Amino acid sequence: MEKNTYKQIVKKYTPKENRLFNGFVAFVSGGLMGVIGQALVTFYERMLDVPNKEALSYMMITLIFIGCLLTCLGFFDKWVHFCKAGLFVPITGFAHAMQSAALDYKKEGLVTGIGANMFKLTGSVIIFGVVSAYVFGLLRFILFGGNV
Amino acid sequence: MTFKYDNVYINNWATVTGPYEKNGPFGNLFDKSYDDLYFDTKTWEDAESKLISDSVNILLKKINKKTDDIDLMISGDLLNQLTSSNYAANELKIPFMGVYNACATSTLALTLAANMIDKDQIKNCIVSVSSHNNAAEKQFRYPVEYGGPKPKTTTFTVTGGASSYLSSEKVGIKIESATIGKVMELGVKDAYNMGAVMTPACAYTIYKHLKDTNRDISYYDKVYSGDLGRYGKDLIKEYMKTEYGIELNNYDDTACMIYNIDNQKVYAGGSGPACLPLVAYTHIFKEMQEHNLKKVLLVATGSLHSVSMVNEKHTIPSIAHAISLEVIE
Repeated sequence: MEKNTYKQIVKKYTPKENRLFNGFVAFVSGGLMGVIGQALVTFYERMLDVPNKEALSYMMITLIFIGCLLTCLGFFDKWVHFCKAGLFVPITGFAHAMQSAALDYKKEGLVTGIGANMFKLTGSVIIFGVVSAYVFGLLRFILFGGNV
Repeated sequence: MTFKYDNVYINNWATVTGPYEKNGPFGNLFDKSYDDLYFDTKTWEDAESKLISDSVNILLKKINKKTDDIDLMISGDLLNQLTSSNYAANELKIPFMGVYNACATSTLALTLAANMIDKDQIKNCIVSVSSHNNAAEKQFRYPVEYGGPKPKTTTFTVTGGASSYLSSEKVGIKIESATIGKVMELGVKDAYNMGAVMTPACAYTIYKHLKDTNRDISYYDKVYSGDLGRYGKDLIKEYMKTEYGIELNNYDDTACMIYNIDNQKVYAGGSGPACLPLVAYTHIFKEMQEHNLKKVLLVATGSLHSVSMVNEKHTIPSIAHAISLEVIE
């Protein structure tokens, strides 16, 4: 059989993913994450009298800690499985991806296991995050100058 | 390539599984099932190795033999360098051969053993396979706790070890013949759709087996493939008909049988070297011993990919081997 003919048959028997529903769930859960983040920022600002810039950092640290803790307790993966991009795009997803890789390799030693493998998934996020920050920073500088 | 056998029998068998398989339809037929995935060991690799050694030890007890009485052990699994088999063999100290054909390992190992017994090169042989969901996820996919979304065509690696004892003693199930398949590839690159990857190999092996033995598909009471999954099962029916003009009617896929596929969260069904033998050594052999099925063709299918080759965008080759089983009259 020709590869193209086979491709047609395979396509016929490959179920469609429910993109609209997945997108909706991610939109709502991602939005909820935003609400939780904002609530934390407001809490730090109002209750603990922290300036906005520092409150933002505190919020991120709190979310990262909660994300890692829930990963270790073993149920964050089930939430990610359901919410998809709504949970793995925010900072919680980054923490969770690092933590889950570290858990997988913890028995292989501190250096050869955790150290070498914990960035297995998130390494590319960091690399391309930094690269695109440079590219877009440079673009902004060229287009609008340095004082925007 | 098809071999015919006159005096090779699978005398006895043993199965050990994890918790998901225990909750499946054949849960009460397994010899032993664990409630967690570590089985009192510290790592998943150790746990998978224990699946093999446990199943061999249970088997030895069943046939009332010691490791010294066994001429040869042939074993295979999914982990790099056949980790689980090698470490189990180190514990058991039986003359050992490790073989790899991914999820087609079970029928490959049975064929090798049957050939040697048929030629009187060995008196008896233990054939084992294993797979472990978490160990396989860690090696082939994402970290276990990551839980990232997967397409519906993904299969769920079975956690289990299965061993069988073969000799020329006329007890149990007869191995009548075996067909070694060819490596096939029809341009599929998606490691999350292994049913589509393995269908051409599976179909070719069935076709070749029928041609070599001069049989019609209706000769068999049932043909079982392992592990094309829910969508692959429909795919192969159409492929078989258009490519070889064979209608697969008395046919099922063990990937769709080992779990309650509609209630358990296993995507398109089970997979892994242990998937087919776990179903064969429980449900299928039981049906055969009760004479509900007399002639059965088992076709184990394997996707021969590695993480590097998938990342390098190569197409995925696949293989399938068939063994024909008969009830002893």
